[in-house]
Amino acid sequence: MIKYLLSAGDLTRDQTIEILDIAEGMADVNEREIKKLPTLRGKTVVNLFFEDSTRTRISFELAAKRLSADVINFSAKGSSVSKGESLKDTAQTLEAMGADAVVIRHPASGTANVLAHSNWINGAIVNAGDGTHEHPTQALLDAFTMRKRIHGSNSKGKALDGLKVAIVGDVLHSRVARSNLLLLNTLGAEVHFVAPPTLLPANPSNWKATLHFSLDETLQVEKPDVVMMLRVQAERMNASFFPSEREYARIWGFNADRLKTLKPSAFLMHPGPMNRGLEIDAISADSPQSTVLEQVANGVSVRMAVLYSLLSGERAADVK
Amino acid sequence: MPARTVLSSDDIDRAVTRIAHEILEANTALQKSGTSNLIILGIPTRGVLLAERIAKVIARNEPGTDLSQLLGRLDITMYRDDLAINPTRQVTETLIPNQGIDDKVVVLVDDVLFSGRTIRAALDALNDFGRPRAVKLAVLVDRGHRELPIRADFVGKNLPTAREERIRVQLTESDLENSVVIES
Repeated sequence: MIKYLLSAGDLTRDQTIEILDIAEGMADVNEREIKKLPTLRGKTVVNLFFEDSTRTRISFELAAKRLSADVINFSAKGSSVSKGESLKDTAQTLEAMGADAVVIRHPASGTANVLAHSNWINGAIVNAGDGTHEHPTQALLDAFTMRKRIHGSNSKGKALDGLKVAIVGDVLHSRVARSNLLLLNTLGAEVHFVAPPTLLPANPSNWKATLHFSLDETLQVEKPDVVMMLRVQAERMNASFFPSEREYARIWGFNADRLKTLKPSAFLMHPGPMNRGLEIDAISADSPQSTVLEQVANGVSVRMAVLYSLLSGERAADVK
Repeated sequence: MPARTVLSSDDIDRAVTRIAHEILEANTALQKSGTSNLIILGIPTRGVLLAERIAKVIARNEPGTDLSQLLGRLDITMYRDDLAINPTRQVTETLIPNQGIDDKVVVLVDDVLFSGRTIRAALDALNDFGRPRAVKLAVLVDRGHRELPIRADFVGKNLPTAREERIRVQLTESDLENSVVIES
């Protein structure tokens, strides 16, 4: 099948549905008493994290361990990277040690792509977030969560045709928004971006999405099935994008009043980590309509499916 | 490709009925508690359909049998030993009756017994769900060429084949007709 997962746009509709269906099976495993499969025994997965992360790294680690792979966690802090080692040398070191898959997160956009096309490393590459570019496994787990909320146990084989998804907030810095846009388009959903003009890219005209500049108006007029709040990425903001946090929370934040305007079947997503009180308030974050914790739980299943898809059948071509 | 039908629709029905009765008989010899401690698990894809047919015959003959506690399915994809050398396979659902398999007599059902590797994987998979009292194996066709020390307890038909030949089991639930065909 595929050897690299660099962008949510690389996946065809059939491949996406196949991965989500495999994740469905993995979710069953995660409910069992013995949450372990022998599938990737003897394989080594390296988590190469040049940027801080809690859930993505733990989620990948857990996913690899549940499939019986050996996991090495590498974070830039406390490694030779802080002595000035280049990405190339780091990658070749991992290759020399026999890594079968590398899960990489890096603050620079395109790093996973460089790693995949440089021949420094032979294993499978998974992009776990590169700068403000993409985060494909997040998009997959979001799609999985939507499918599960809508279809329940009959999710297998289904896409997201006609679903109306509003993605709200810091679109400019959000790799989650970009990956979700591509994957939701592939699955047939309708994407609406809602953000202040300062937090949209300079030229979003080639995006297959509708842009809105008022959250309340969008909720009223479009009546979205899914509202996805994005984290305000203060660490990437090198200029002033909005006047004050209080104003942002008032105009763009999701709160109890806005929660009441949602359709009863609609739900609220957030990729985490949440800035409570900024883009989302505690009442809506902890409401039954919020899927935040489901997204985390589903993340493990989806990443198991991704690792399985990348690492099984890798020698198929040699044998035949 | 020359094809030869070795089991007709009636032959399959008879084999399924006989296997169901043999399972019941063996189960009664092993435990006195009726079918409440018996679990039939089908191995996807055709094994699941055969397991359904067998379980229905058992339920018909043994009044008071709860079909939902008797019948399940076991996906063994993730336990295969050829994952690295074959293209990625789709994973399907596993359904274990909610009484669990601990201390139960489990009968695995598959369509064709060949190398025995699928059954080896199934035994590994069972291990992760609990410790059955005994595990038995029922197959519609045993075609020989075993690569592992595995043997079926209930066999529909023993069919000597050449290694290159292909056995195609067709069941109406998933195919156009009921038949077992040898292609060479």
